[in-house]
Amino acid sequence: MDFNDTSEEAAFRAEVRKWLEANAKRKSDDKQAYRARVDDPGLLRAAKEWQAKKAAAGYARITWPKEYGGMGGSPIQQVIYQQEESNFLVPLGFFDIGLGMCIPTMMAYATKEQLTRHVKPALYGEEVWCQLFSEPAAGSDVAGIRTKAERDGDDWIINGQKVWTSGAHYSDWGIIITRTDPNVPKHQGLTMFFLSMKSPGVEARPIKQISGGANFNEVFFTNVRVPDSQRLGKVGDGWKAALTTLMNERLAVGMPSGGLDVDELLELARGTELEDGPAIRNGHVRSKIADWYVQAQGLKYTRYRTLTAMSRGQTPGPESSIIKVVAAPKMQDLGALAMELMGPAGIMTSDVPGSGGFQAQWIGGAGFRIAGGTDEILRNIVAERVLGLPQDVRVDKDVPFNQLGKTK
Amino acid sequence: MNFDFSDDQKMLKEQVRKFLADKSPYKTTRRVLEGDEAYAEEVWKGLVELGVTAATIPEEYGGAGMGALELCVVAEELGRACAAVPFASSVYLATEALKLFGSEAQKKAWLPKLASGAAIGTIATGEGPQAPSPRNVRTSFGGGKVNGEKLPVADGTAATFAIVLVNTGGSGDRSLSMAIVDLAGAGVTREVVKTVDPARKHARIAFNGAAGELLGAEGAGWSQLETLYDVAAVPMAFEQIGGAESAMWMARDYALQRQAFGRQIGSYQAIKHKIADMYVKLELARSNAYYGAMMLSEGGADLPIAAAAARIAATEAYDFAAKENIQTHGGIGFTWEADTQFHYRRSRLLSLAIGGPLAWKDKLVTRLERKNAA
Repeated sequence: MDFNDTSEEAAFRAEVRKWLEANAKRKSDDKQAYRARVDDPGLLRAAKEWQAKKAAAGYARITWPKEYGGMGGSPIQQVIYQQEESNFLVPLGFFDIGLGMCIPTMMAYATKEQLTRHVKPALYGEEVWCQLFSEPAAGSDVAGIRTKAERDGDDWIINGQKVWTSGAHYSDWGIIITRTDPNVPKHQGLTMFFLSMKSPGVEARPIKQISGGANFNEVFFTNVRVPDSQRLGKVGDGWKAALTTLMNERLAVGMPSGGLDVDELLELARGTELEDGPAIRNGHVRSKIADWYVQAQGLKYTRYRTLTAMSRGQTPGPESSIIKVVAAPKMQDLGALAMELMGPAGIMTSDVPGSGGFQAQWIGGAGFRIAGGTDEILRNIVAERVLGLPQDVRVDKDVPFNQLGKTK
Repeated sequence: MNFDFSDDQKMLKEQVRKFLADKSPYKTTRRVLEGDEAYAEEVWKGLVELGVTAATIPEEYGGAGMGALELCVVAEELGRACAAVPFASSVYLATEALKLFGSEAQKKAWLPKLASGAAIGTIATGEGPQAPSPRNVRTSFGGGKVNGEKLPVADGTAATFAIVLVNTGGSGDRSLSMAIVDLAGAGVTREVVKTVDPARKHARIAFNGAAGELLGAEGAGWSQLETLYDVAAVPMAFEQIGGAESAMWMARDYALQRQAFGRQIGSYQAIKHKIADMYVKLELARSNAYYGAMMLSEGGADLPIAAAAARIAATEAYDFAAKENIQTHGGIGFTWEADTQFHYRRSRLLSLAIGGPLAWKDKLVTRLERKNAA
């Protein structure tokens, strides 16, 4: 056992590092992040510039085929690039949904001409994409969406509302799942399209979150006209297309990085006096520090196991399905205990140890436990896909969508 | 990145797994648990023949000269089977203690016998219902003689020799030493004591002027014990992981088969989330244990931290899986006939064997404090 690169991996890492040194600024420490607010328009501009540089060098999507601007590289090379890039101060995050979910779905369903038109601008950061799935009445149960698409000659007319759409307010394009036939059970009446977010009748309104940020939106569709040529997959086959997207989401949903963790909590506990002495000597505090250290290490080495499989050219095992279900509650609970150590002043978000970072994690953890699959849905996924346990009884399974809720 | 066992190690694992599935089914564990046998001799003999008791003993002492990683894959399989054998006592503890602290003569005297199966070792530390410490170990050693009583000693009636934690009269932590005692010699009496897991018999051993010799330096016993526990914690974690996985699948299989309120109980989230949590804890433990194995096999400086993390995670995983396996089964899971009891019993035995989770968490944080201060 070792953590070493193979000689090919080491060569690739050296090449990547050399390119990054020449094109970006190294972080002064590993907690340093690109400090700008997500809603700062300057940040998007900077991110687009960085994306263009990466794309020109072939690093924007290493695993994509060369004809789409990728490198035809392996998943482990993609990981190596990300590991190296995380040591540099660069603006990220605007293109993950587009390149990680939307464009792969386009690749599965769009025409050659459409791909020629859309892939390169997405890759170079010229056009940002969003994913229009969730709705007010369809969160975990995403197949329950109600946004309608009705046929009108060569076009479809879309009416309805999406919600939790990350980046919709600055996106140029989106993929959308709609209901085209309410007379059949919910999974069967869906159809997917892609559309310009500048289309008449599309309105994105940012939603302010508990954290104060506003990166996701509610998006309203009022008689939005989309040509049939922008349909992805067959009419009624939208669920299949959505699964293609969601499968890519699981690969794309990462970990929040640069947050305060066990080391910082340990420091805080050393520097904090409780009634009966330093917090670090308190048995309960020690026990919690140990638990979270073990969880943090467990997650780190679980990723290493996944990387090992990738490095060997194998399909990774299901072990990475545990990551978010452990990381999210830990983030929330670790923040909460750190706040408690500060006494009643733990509610303050400045003038406290960690500069409000623990408070931010306690707040953010509440959202992280929901985003990209709730704790509960993730447990279902582990139980059903990894352990082969049965699905819950689905009372809506064989009922036409427009009859749901009308019986009982 | 090469953070996995090799193909050869996986083959060894498969071989041990097949052997145990065949020779050590639950009914064998049950036979030992219900009867007077000290251990399942036919299983132990088979393991000796497979060469796994000799795995980590250097070839010059009659062993196979394999590494810690081979030991870890074997340990996982023993845990899966809940095997009724003195492997942990003899291999993770006694054998490692001799390798770590033994003189050349002591290694020559005992390691070949451990390798061939002629000897079974154990370690005798505690003296009643409290964790052993320099403050409460009264068994004394002087003039080559051991006097006192050890309780409980794991596999104490199966063992042919014991490494005994003794008081040699220094002050504080320096008051303890380790002594090797041949349990067949004069001045040793032993009797089986009742425990929650009689599939691994434990003993009360009285030493009345029994002949012994120091293992390691006088006064070094307490620090040697800490070193030894770090080394043993890693295979112990793998044994716990094997048990946790076995209990998890037992619960899952039952949840598929059992119907209530007109459907499989495994379709209820109260049950499926519980079993999903078993999986989450199991994988956290496995990942920590892999790092522990890596540190152990390369003698890495991070071993004390890695071993503690592996031990804590594995204890959590096995305790949880074993108790919630019974809960998943409902009433039938609490019957004597059910196989759920073996993991419930074994999980608690292994949790406490080389120090419980409270002690290991405390040790881990002490080590982290030291590391972060450095």
